[in-house]
Amino acid sequence: MMRLPPFRYFAPATLPEAVKVLADYGPAAMVLAGGTDLLPNMKRRQFTPQALVSVQQLKELRGIRETENGSVIISAGITLHELAAHPLIVSRYPALAQAAALISTPQIRNTGTLGGNVCLDTRCNYYNQSYSWRKALGFCLKKDGDICWVAPGSAKCLAISSSDTAPVLVSLGATFLLVRQGSERLVPAVDFFRDDGINYLNKDPEELLTEVHLPPPQGTRSTYLKLRRRGSFDFPVLGVAAVLRIEPDGVCTAAKIVLGAAACKPRVADNAADMLIGQKVTQALITLVAQEAAKLAKPLDNTDFAYGYRKRMAEVFVRQALTKLAE
Amino acid sequence: MANKVHVETTLNGEAVEFLCEPRQSLLEVLRDVLGFTGTKEGCLTGDCGACSVILDGRISCSCLVLGVEAQGKNIQTVEGLAQADKLHPLQQKFLEHAALQCGICTPGFLVAAKALLDRNPNPTEHEVRYGLAGNLCRCTGYDKIVRAVLDAAAVMQGR
Ligand SMILES: Cc1cc2nc3c(=O)[nH]c(=O)nc-3n(C[C@H](O)[C@H](O)[C@H](O)COP(=O)(O)OP(=O)(O)OC[C@H]3O[C@@H](n4cnc5c(N)ncnc54)[C@H](O)[C@@H]3O)c2cc1C
Ligand code: SF4
Ligand code: FES
Ligand code: FES
Repeated sequence: MMRLPPFRYFAPATLPEAVKVLADYGPAAMVLAGGTDLLPNMKRRQFTPQALVSVQQLKELRGIRETENGSVIISAGITLHELAAHPLIVSRYPALAQAAALISTPQIRNTGTLGGNVCLDTRCNYYNQSYSWRKALGFCLKKDGDICWVAPGSAKCLAISSSDTAPVLVSLGATFLLVRQGSERLVPAVDFFRDDGINYLNKDPEELLTEVHLPPPQGTRSTYLKLRRRGSFDFPVLGVAAVLRIEPDGVCTAAKIVLGAAACKPRVADNAADMLIGQKVTQALITLVAQEAAKLAKPLDNTDFAYGYRKRMAEVFVRQALTKLAE
Repeated sequence: MANKVHVETTLNGEAVEFLCEPRQSLLEVLRDVLGFTGTKEGCLTGDCGACSVILDGRISCSCLVLGVEAQGKNIQTVEGLAQADKLHPLQQKFLEHAALQCGICTPGFLVAAKALLDRNPNPTEHEVRYGLAGNLCRCTGYDKIVRAVLDAAAVMQGR
């Protein structure tokens, strides 16, 4: 059962051709970028699309460029390795370079793309299992079943947003360009992710993510910290993205804290971040802010490590991230 | 049976063509269609690195690449390391350092180490460990593998 199910394969040479196939097939087609999330999921029969549309040939999905106003536009097909090493990203958005470098393994970073990371399927111990494992249990809400094993009373799937770049892109105020046949739209990252383990993206199957737009950093510093069991391979069980601007007089004039792998979507800790605005960033204040931010982490028993520990670590990691940026 | 696709690629420096179904991974094509069984099958989900090959100069998991995606690409596998009867220095040093026990992970490690040394001929121990972080070994405890790669790098640098 770990072979791929059959599908029709399309490798369009241009963006218009790609969005046409996506429009023709609708929900029956899926986009194939690096395939490092999609193909394992298809082997486990979490997806059995009729058609795969490879976007590897599309020139429109390659490259990183700077615009006149100082924004940076990253094409969705850029690999995680390219992203982690790109001078513009390393110098201006270090949190994004750090997050990309912390994903999985060298093999996966060479193939996996930013677009695929943003659209990464949500994860859960009861879902990321082989077909026979899931069948033995009677399946679950997210795929083929009618109960949630994590919270049997829940009408909603609580699978976890496990992308390392998603919380960072939300914290940096990124916007995503979505293209479909005949039209396109820009969506702020914060509105792209939905609080639902099944319908976790504000995106139609016909839409292709082509670009990630990053606003100029405007004097901010950023960082990303990741909790996982092994220093390689493992998905985050907690990610903390933080952005701060500290003026020469030591006063903080911009702050953003976003928690990853703590819910179905990245959680934005604005109450906590706002406590920093107009203040000197002292260790005492950082401690209070971290306590406030950690209130948003409501880990469940559906990934690695005990959830009580993950909750405590949310506070510790926010403190560490802010301390690093305030130095 | 779905329609087969004709694919042209370069394998260990030689032009190769094959027919495969879209659903066949590059790993299946290498092993079952082309008979290149040096590349090993472990998890099939990107979690072990036993299937590592060098694709256009970079290591990838061949279990997560479709055979049809190899069109026009340059593939290097463990079979491309030795020159006739002469082992590649990495292979020689793996033997000398006893950097393998059961051997299932070895082709993946050799290929990952080759990709690393191609790019960085004189790596630190830290860089070797980072470069091999996508390959699992259940037997050796990794230390001998790291020593073997560092030693091979030294030999290849003429040290
Ligand atoms: C062993 C292992 C460890 C991993 N560890 C991590 C980790 O630590 N952190 C992490 O974040 N991820 C991890 N991943 C997941 C995955 O490798 C990465 O998220 C990667 O960036 C996915 O990119 P891809 O190009 O391979 O996506 P694909 O697998 O090609 O696609 C993923 C999903 O996105 C959709 N998609 C892709 N591109 C587009 C697009 N341009 N427009 C619209 N939809 C699109 C696909 O249809 C699919 O639904 C891991 C995977 C493996 C196998
Ligand atoms: S959270 Fe519940 S419904 Fe969602 S994948 Fe896990 S067990 Fe299934
Ligand atoms: S078989 Fe490909 S990574 Fe394990
Ligand atoms: S030698 Fe047995 S797994 Fe590495």
